[in-house]
Amino acid sequence: MKEATEVIQIRDLYLNFYTYEGVVKALDGVSLNVKKGEILGIVGETGCGKSVTSLSILKIVTPPGKIEGGRIEFNIKGKTYNILELNEQTMTRVRGRYISMVFQEPRAALNPVYTVGDQIGEVFYIHRKEEIIKAVIEQLKKEIETTKGFKRRRLNIYLSLYERMLKNPRSLTIRLVSKVPILRRFRNLMNKEIRKRTVELLEVLRVPDPERVVDMYPHELSGGMAQRCVIAMALVANPLLLIADEPTTNLDVTVQAQILVLIKELQKKLGSTILYITHDLGVVAELCDRVAVMYAGNVVEIADVMTLFKKPLHPYTQGLLESIPRPGRPFTSIPGVVPSLINPPPGCRFNERCKYAMDICWKKKPELIDAGKDHYVACHLYSSGGK
Amino acid sequence: MKIKVPERFEPTVKEIKFILKRVKDTPLSLAGITIVLFFVFIAVFAPILAPPAPGLNPYIIPRDESLGFRVEPSPPSSTHPFGTTMLQRDVYYGCIWGTRWAFEIALKVIIAIVFIGVILGLIAGYYGGVIDEILMRFTDIILAFPGLILAMCMTTVLTQAGWTTIDSVLLSIVLIGWPGYTRLIRGETLRIKNEDFIEAARAAGSSDLRIMFRHILPNAIYSVIIVASLDFGSIVLTTAALSFLGLGAPTGWADWGRMIYDGMSFVRGGLRWWWSWTYPGLFIVFFVLGWSLLGDALRDVLDPLYRRK
Repeated sequence: MKEATEVIQIRDLYLNFYTYEGVVKALDGVSLNVKKGEILGIVGETGCGKSVTSLSILKIVTPPGKIEGGRIEFNIKGKTYNILELNEQTMTRVRGRYISMVFQEPRAALNPVYTVGDQIGEVFYIHRKEEIIKAVIEQLKKEIETTKGFKRRRLNIYLSLYERMLKNPRSLTIRLVSKVPILRRFRNLMNKEIRKRTVELLEVLRVPDPERVVDMYPHELSGGMAQRCVIAMALVANPLLLIADEPTTNLDVTVQAQILVLIKELQKKLGSTILYITHDLGVVAELCDRVAVMYAGNVVEIADVMTLFKKPLHPYTQGLLESIPRPGRPFTSIPGVVPSLINPPPGCRFNERCKYAMDICWKKKPELIDAGKDHYVACHLYSSGGK
Repeated sequence: MKIKVPERFEPTVKEIKFILKRVKDTPLSLAGITIVLFFVFIAVFAPILAPPAPGLNPYIIPRDESLGFRVEPSPPSSTHPFGTTMLQRDVYYGCIWGTRWAFEIALKVIIAIVFIGVILGLIAGYYGGVIDEILMRFTDIILAFPGLILAMCMTTVLTQAGWTTIDSVLLSIVLIGWPGYTRLIRGETLRIKNEDFIEAARAAGSSDLRIMFRHILPNAIYSVIIVASLDFGSIVLTTAALSFLGLGAPTGWADWGRMIYDGMSFVRGGLRWWWSWTYPGLFIVFFVLGWSLLGDALRDVLDPLYRRK
């Protein structure tokens, strides 16, 4: 058995949206894998199912969307779990800790009524409580040695409370004491520790003047800063997989470049795996190791970046690359429009717009086939021995 | 006088200054705040303004034995500044302790209905589906009846079932009050739960409870604060109406509605016994007026759509 090199393996994922107009077959047998330590880009037009694929990985698809079938295998510590079979309680522990997500609109992704520090701190509190309590206990023990008298007695009480909290974070005593005014001051130590770590994290993300930023509300931040804070929230628990859903789409080009450099650096430093969703082929070329191209709810091609840009196989990928505007060349685009996903055409969903369409394209849905060197394509052109 | 403010709190100070300026610029909200503060003062210092007889329930207006058992009210005098009402009960005492009583009822009811409304509204809005449907149909049932009539029926039924009249009045007002708050919170929840930051919170591993109470509620609570302050007056009005119909507090209770009811027999005399029903009436009018002005003022300062106008 091979050592799990894949962090996530999606197999034949089907997802429908039940709307008034009919059933939108948004994902139609999506299969892809994310390897450990890589940046996988997912590209495709609006509505091709990029975002909903990422939401499925976290299992936060909201009605009317519903996952109809397939498997999402998540490899962790040598074990494999099917995310779709995990219950909600387990998933809340997975989300943010092992898989976390950065959203498209940074300022909308922050709660307007809390400061940045509060919100990042909350994630610390949810996922790294134990670590923080341990740090506080260490600190308390050191402090107790150097103090005397009444203060020492108080610190001793705090120490016992924290030790109790470490043993059983939901213990009744702790919950009661945390509600009583004055007595709950013992939590200040923990809050201070969380704040310290939040500031450190913001420093890593090159937020200027982090001491001040932690006390700011989201509306006081610029788009780039807000996005850094959102990324900070996602990185709190040092997740195995970071999903970035078009994190730079709404930012200025210069800020976008900064964020991309930052993501790349962080990825190198932390060795985390990133699933980067975008419709910008330029970003993909710059950032990603491998690319999955999606079209109308299907993955049509997966390859590493160089191969995909040099030798695209699928007619859609070819069309997509040709439609990148370049100076001295007339605008080109793929003729036709994306088919309605309520009544998708039979067979391959690209058949109506494809210049190589054959009879079989209207009859049978193409499977992802191996075209060599980790290059997969879903097209009938290559199924009969590869032309 | 110049106080040095730490940079961190500068926006807060600016905000408070802005609110004070808004309040200062609108005389009506200033009037509302003054009236409410005046009533708060009366309620807090009731035992000093009108000392109760020791050992007795202070909410029962004491009778002046020296005036005998005459039924007709006695006119205002130095011992009874507002005169006396039926059976020589002091109107001044009743009005003062009635203020305290009004606050007591309104607070109890508001706390109960906000509590119920917040919890049910959050559940209905957040989970949606069948739970939402059931809860909302329940609110529809209650909202389908005219509030006061439903409250009257409930009070009568509960009193027959052996509850004290006061408890049954409180409970029936809670019963007609909670659907409004539930719908309000539900509506806000529906709006907020589709915001990106809720999805972000879920992606960060927040549980449903945490999302509901930490992320949705603080964003939804402003409209509840405003509506609650407007309702503060109307709850007192409803209890007064029930008492006036003879369903609420027993006779002699320091309740404005009950006092008007007691004084009603003397309206026949034209202005001859005016003090027995005018004073409690004025107290009710000003109390309700004060709270609704305060509610408007709160909306002006809290609601972002109105505040910058």
